[in-house]
Amino acid sequence: MKSFVFPEFRIIRDEAKCGQCRGCERQCAFGTHTYDPVQDRLISDDYKCAGCQRCVVFCPKNAIEVRPTPSPYRANASWSREKMEDLKKQAETGGVILTGCGNDKPFRVYWDHIVLNASQVTNPSIDPLREPMELRTFLGAKPDVMEVKTDKGDVEIRTKLSPNLVVETPILFSAMSYGAISYNAFRSLATAACKSGTYFNTGEGGLPKEMREKFGKCAIVQVASGRFGIDAEYLNCASAVEIKVGQGAKPGIGGHLPGEKVSAEVASTRMIPAGTDAISPAPHHDIYSIEDLSMLIYALKEATNYEKPISVKIAAVHNFAAIGSGIVRAGADIIAIDGLRGGTGAAPKAIRDNVGIPIELAISSLDRRLRNEGIRNRCSIIAAGGIRCSADIVKAVALGADAVYIGTSALIAMGCNLCQKCNTGKCNWGICTQDPRLAGRLSVDIASQRLANLIQAWSHEISEMMGGMGINALESLRGNRDHLRGVGLYEWELEVMGIKGAGE
Amino acid sequence: MEFKITMPRKRRELYNKEICACSIFGAMNRDGERFTGAGVMKAIANMHVRGNGLGGGFAAYGIYPEHKDYYAFHLMFTGGSAEARMAAKRDFDPYLYENFDVVFDEEIPHRDESTVSDPPLVWRYFVTPNKKGDDAALPDEDYIVAKIMHVNTQIDNAYVFSSGKNMGCFKGVGYPEEIGEYFMLDRLYQAYTWTVHGRFPTNTQAWWGGAHPFSLLDTTVVHNGEISSYGTNRWYLEMYGYACTLQTDTEVIAYAADLLMRRQRLPIELVAKILAPPIWNSIDRMNEKEKKLLTTLRMVYGPLLMNGPFSIIIGQTGKMIGLTDRIRLRPLTAATRGPMFYLSSEEASIRLISPELDSVWTPNGGEPVIGELNNIA
Repeated sequence: MKSFVFPEFRIIRDEAKCGQCRGCERQCAFGTHTYDPVQDRLISDDYKCAGCQRCVVFCPKNAIEVRPTPSPYRANASWSREKMEDLKKQAETGGVILTGCGNDKPFRVYWDHIVLNASQVTNPSIDPLREPMELRTFLGAKPDVMEVKTDKGDVEIRTKLSPNLVVETPILFSAMSYGAISYNAFRSLATAACKSGTYFNTGEGGLPKEMREKFGKCAIVQVASGRFGIDAEYLNCASAVEIKVGQGAKPGIGGHLPGEKVSAEVASTRMIPAGTDAISPAPHHDIYSIEDLSMLIYALKEATNYEKPISVKIAAVHNFAAIGSGIVRAGADIIAIDGLRGGTGAAPKAIRDNVGIPIELAISSLDRRLRNEGIRNRCSIIAAGGIRCSADIVKAVALGADAVYIGTSALIAMGCNLCQKCNTGKCNWGICTQDPRLAGRLSVDIASQRLANLIQAWSHEISEMMGGMGINALESLRGNRDHLRGVGLYEWELEVMGIKGAGE
Repeated sequence: MEFKITMPRKRRELYNKEICACSIFGAMNRDGERFTGAGVMKAIANMHVRGNGLGGGFAAYGIYPEHKDYYAFHLMFTGGSAEARMAAKRDFDPYLYENFDVVFDEEIPHRDESTVSDPPLVWRYFVTPNKKGDDAALPDEDYIVAKIMHVNTQIDNAYVFSSGKNMGCFKGVGYPEEIGEYFMLDRLYQAYTWTVHGRFPTNTQAWWGGAHPFSLLDTTVVHNGEISSYGTNRWYLEMYGYACTLQTDTEVIAYAADLLMRRQRLPIELVAKILAPPIWNSIDRMNEKEKKLLTTLRMVYGPLLMNGPFSIIIGQTGKMIGLTDRIRLRPLTAATRGPMFYLSSEEASIRLISPELDSVWTPNGGEPVIGELNNIA
């Protein structure tokens, strides 16, 4: 059937610069570029281009440019190009449209409507280059009271404390499974986390055996509905265990790793036969209610001898604050909430673009709900989904998050350009693929260095912003909405976030 | 043409005063001998330029020996006219009489010819709890705190600003020496501890309830500084039932002190390490036991870290405590002379009323200086 969909990108090749080295041909897994020996020139097929910019970056002659094409249709505010072409694709295939990465629709990005405070006169701003600036954060349950016994200046702690994760900066790597991303990408995240005093999250694909000893201490291992790769050693080698209930990119939807991505190594890590589809059901089939969740939380605590905090990750949906309160009461030490713009390796586009709520509003309402119930210190909140820069992190913490997960940002640091073709398994950057030829493009040394650099740069910037506010410890910023003001927001939005408008 | 450049040599200004700050002062007789407020009024007047006349106040311990077994409530009734202020009192009285037995009450004596502006009606009641129903099981102090929070949040124009036994706060809009004269503290009262505050309000508007000290039961706080962690401290305290109503950051210190010292019974040395903890770099270098203790304190009580510059004097029955923030951004000087123990923003004020001193020192940031009564009367 002839496709009526127009190409999204146009490849412009400067023939005068092109040396016919065929580098672009080798770089593109989508087969966009082909060499024509008769003409001795490279031909590009715009229809195949994903817009990942790999050939552009790696062309030794800078001869290639890849540009989005303007819409060929008559302008129509209701029938955008995307709507028309999605519809055409479905008319041609009869299928669900799949995509990768986070929601790209123009929902309001609240981060960009919040401004930060700074000290003037009455309260000295603090220079982080001269004064200590502390970002260390504890993730886990804290008691209401710390009972002590004092005996002639000797203090003994009587309260039994829950296990906490210690992070040197409030930035953790979000769950991305081995299988969805390549081994090298996975290992880069692990390496960078250990180097930066923070944690990476294994996602639901298990943790390869050879990585456990070295990287277990900076791993949060996930238990998801597919239960892939879980055994006692997996749970106990890590620093924390996370039960994944939902994901911001596809709340209410399970996962599907196609058989072609299940290589022998992925298969052995996930404990499934090679080449079979790895399907995670939409719900956990042993969790149909909050009391079932509580049983799984305590099963995992038993399995790990009550030595590791248990996190529960949910997608931010309409009534999630009440659910969050239930999760705390069910025994979770950490709640990870994933917002509307959280990324994915594959999701139905209709779900990704329409389900869930923005993380900014979610953080604030969960924090308030837990405070109102007087149980905020019984758990930590990790916010995920749509954190793009250090200022977003400062705002997230001031809205009530204890720390943030970054997924998309970490991928971009490694080379991702958000072409949204993760689901094809043909990632030219070697990140979201199991093709050994493509995956080998990502160097663990370089990618982990780029990730560690990002964490370091953001930590510096967070310190700088905190110093400006006259705050030298992150715990004094947490939930401190006094340091935020909204610009261009409606009253209800200010209300939900609990912040004042600028100038108020 | 040759220029001859001469550098005029000026004598460096030795007396360079910081004028954008509050002043705090405290004096305690550790033998429990009581003295009038005349001395501390003179001392605080010496730091006149640290305030701007928009707030001053005193806390005095040991002033009500004749009613020492009763809680002394000092009430402020605000309103635009005498009529409105009396109306506020009429709204409040039934609530008080419903929940407490009042053994004595009177308007707090003051000098009408005073220069202070727009004074509210200030009344004191000596009360004992009259617990009924579900409240009967509550300890007296929890009951009183709950009732005070109710008054301060639910009853318009009535504020309980002092509620301890055998102690009282006096405060208002004006220079502290004016407030002292208004309430005649130099003539009518004798206390073993006086703490004083002269205010230079910057972030909050001047009103009588917003002057220092802030107090809850017998804990009072006078504070010089600005708390940049206020939003965080506030939500944490709200979880424990403390309503922050007085439109100023200092009250969180009073509530934090009440929560940690009275309700959770932590010793002051640990409380100081919660309000102004050592930095991680220092903690990581300590021995295992200390490291564990301080790490746990910061982990559990991180939301009560008071960030930003401050020096404070906390008063309690039989105790006076001075503390600065952990990087010591505001001044505090401590001194002793015989049984007398002084804390002040400036040493000169101490020298003014006690020229000879046994010792004078500047406490380190985050390290509390504690004066305790030798024999509590």
